Amino acid sequence: MSESVSGFAQGGADLELVGVSKQFPGFTAVDNVSFTVPAGSFFALLGPSGCGKTTTLRLISGLEEPTSGQILVGGKDVSSTKAHQRPINTVFQSYALFPHMTVLENVAFGLKQRGVKDATQLAHEALLLVELDHLADRKPTQLSGGQQQRVALARAVVNRPALLLLDEPLGALDLKLRRQMQIELKSIQSEVGLTFLHVTHDQEEAMTMADTVAVMNKGKIEQMGPPAELYELPATRFVATFLGQSNLFDGVVSGTSGKNVKVTVGKLTLEVPASRTKVTSGEITVGVRPEKIQISRKEPTASATRSVIGPGTVIDTSFTGVSTQYVVDVPGLNKLTVFEQNDGDIVAAGSKVWLSWATEFSFGIPFDTEEFVESDTTTRSLAVAKR
Amino acid sequence: MSLTAFSHGPSGVAVEPAAQKKSRMVWFLLLPGLVYLGLFFITPLISLVITAFKEAPPGAFIGEYVNAFRWENYTEVLSLYGEHSVRSFLYAGAATLIALAIGYPLAYFIGVRLRPYPLWQSLALVLVIAPFFISFLLRTVAWKQLLADEGFIVGTMKAWSILPPDAHITGTSISVIFGLAYNFIPFMTLPLYSSIERLDLRLLEAGKDLYAGPVTSFRKITVPLTMPGIISGTLLTFIPAAGDYVNASANFLGSTSTTMIGNVIEANFLVLQNYPHAASMSLILMSAILILVSAYVFKSGTDDLL
Repeated sequence: MSESVSGFAQGGADLELVGVSKQFPGFTAVDNVSFTVPAGSFFALLGPSGCGKTTTLRLISGLEEPTSGQILVGGKDVSSTKAHQRPINTVFQSYALFPHMTVLENVAFGLKQRGVKDATQLAHEALLLVELDHLADRKPTQLSGGQQQRVALARAVVNRPALLLLDEPLGALDLKLRRQMQIELKSIQSEVGLTFLHVTHDQEEAMTMADTVAVMNKGKIEQMGPPAELYELPATRFVATFLGQSNLFDGVVSGTSGKNVKVTVGKLTLEVPASRTKVTSGEITVGVRPEKIQISRKEPTASATRSVIGPGTVIDTSFTGVSTQYVVDVPGLNKLTVFEQNDGDIVAAGSKVWLSWATEFSFGIPFDTEEFVESDTTTRSLAVAKR
Repeated sequence: MSLTAFSHGPSGVAVEPAAQKKSRMVWFLLLPGLVYLGLFFITPLISLVITAFKEAPPGAFIGEYVNAFRWENYTEVLSLYGEHSVRSFLYAGAATLIALAIGYPLAYFIGVRLRPYPLWQSLALVLVIAPFFISFLLRTVAWKQLLADEGFIVGTMKAWSILPPDAHITGTSISVIFGLAYNFIPFMTLPLYSSIERLDLRLLEAGKDLYAGPVTSFRKITVPLTMPGIISGTLLTFIPAAGDYVNASANFLGSTSTTMIGNVIEANFLVLQNYPHAASMSLILMSAILILVSAYVFKSGTDDLL
């Protein structure tokens, strides 16, 4: 490994997890997880608190041992090696900067452990990359949260690891700084060409930064793919509700019409393109994203390409600037959420409206009661509770 | 924060009386402590310095001394008891190292390994302090019995040819150093524990992640971060051990060949009644420890740790 850290031109390596499980006494944190992260890509592991994403990360870094399964880095099985022997570095949620060392010593630490020549020089270069070289002689406690975060990033990146793991490193920053760091992180990733694996519970962060997003729930990967694909065509109820919002209608498949599958929802019949549903018989849930729905005061004409429901009553409007969010109550259905672009025409609460959308935007997912519910528990408090 | 600090500038004058009142309050609260120190530390210290310069008038009785300015007291004790001084520091140093070697793993076990089990942690701490429930004189005499020539330990060691047939343990340097280490292990372990207990294990994980093996992690992360505990532990062991007169006494684990400064001072005060010698020896011991300790603290670079 030490010969490969000489230059700044070293790329990342593939990461492959094959049927990895981790059991703690009393519960399974990671349940038969398999995925591949191609070299040089930005992969995000997204999920709510306690879904097993941090445990997955710790398994990859070697801080935990898997109960079963294999972890391969660059095609080599590293499952049996110790954390300090793996060509992997982590940016920790808590940053975990060594308080007794200066910023420079922190950054040079990994290089010195491997006996890299010019460790100090390379550490300075890494600090330049995160624009903190002028603070090289400070102690970590003298830095702000955002600066500490960048030092933690420099300390990991400087080693040119085959794989860089990011454990919610932006979680402790305020929103503005977080957005700024997201952009910086992404640009550093494309600059140094390393393989990044980012763990986060912030779906917006995952979608804006990653090439591939894996949504994790209860120790399992629910769905994996490019962010747009996951958003446009969620495969499970959990993904549909965790990644953005969805209007969901539970129904039963009643037949087909052309390229569409017909679904009976109460007294209503909705259509879903057959290519956008894996379920073609029995119980099904039809979904549509709020921004795909058009709100109108007059009843639009339904057709094979346009689904219409209504009439319903607007029970709440909230103006967010770019768009207006409506909550519409349609008798016999759940309350629907609609995002309308702000075109100056706001429908007042209490108005009678019809909702319509292009049928090609509908998606069908298996009927399931599993829905994402926002909770107050943070990842850390949950992790502590489980120890 | 800084902006509000500036905006308070003009009103700073009005704040002053309150600050004065506050500082008077501080002195008031310090008063009992200062009086205590004055009565029971400064006064005896002055008396000790005066005694150290006294001389025996011609034809005096034993133990009769008058005020004088006799520097020779110091040179005399140094030439008479130089060997004992060196021995004291060697014994105390060896005992400190042994106590550290035993106390550190013990404190680490209690502070880190038992961290998920607070009940066991408290129990283990009680066990560390438990020996204090019995007088240390008794415990030291007990060790004298255990290590005696007729005792089980020496007998077994001789039977297994670990010790030659004519060897004995009590009365040797080994038994004195052993006794010192044994008696001071709790003083070493408790400050170490309080330091290790606060050790952030995530930093050790970060070390592992940055290619540091167990030995390097310990040397470069654990030890520097627990340095405050190591320093206070070694000081709390070394200082009293250097002045100890129980373990080295022939009544306990020592013999005439293991006499330490403490025994010399005791003998001069209580047996020989040579008060000036005892006093000057005490002062020499005090300054020697002060110099050693300052050098040690300075060398460990602990200005930002302590």
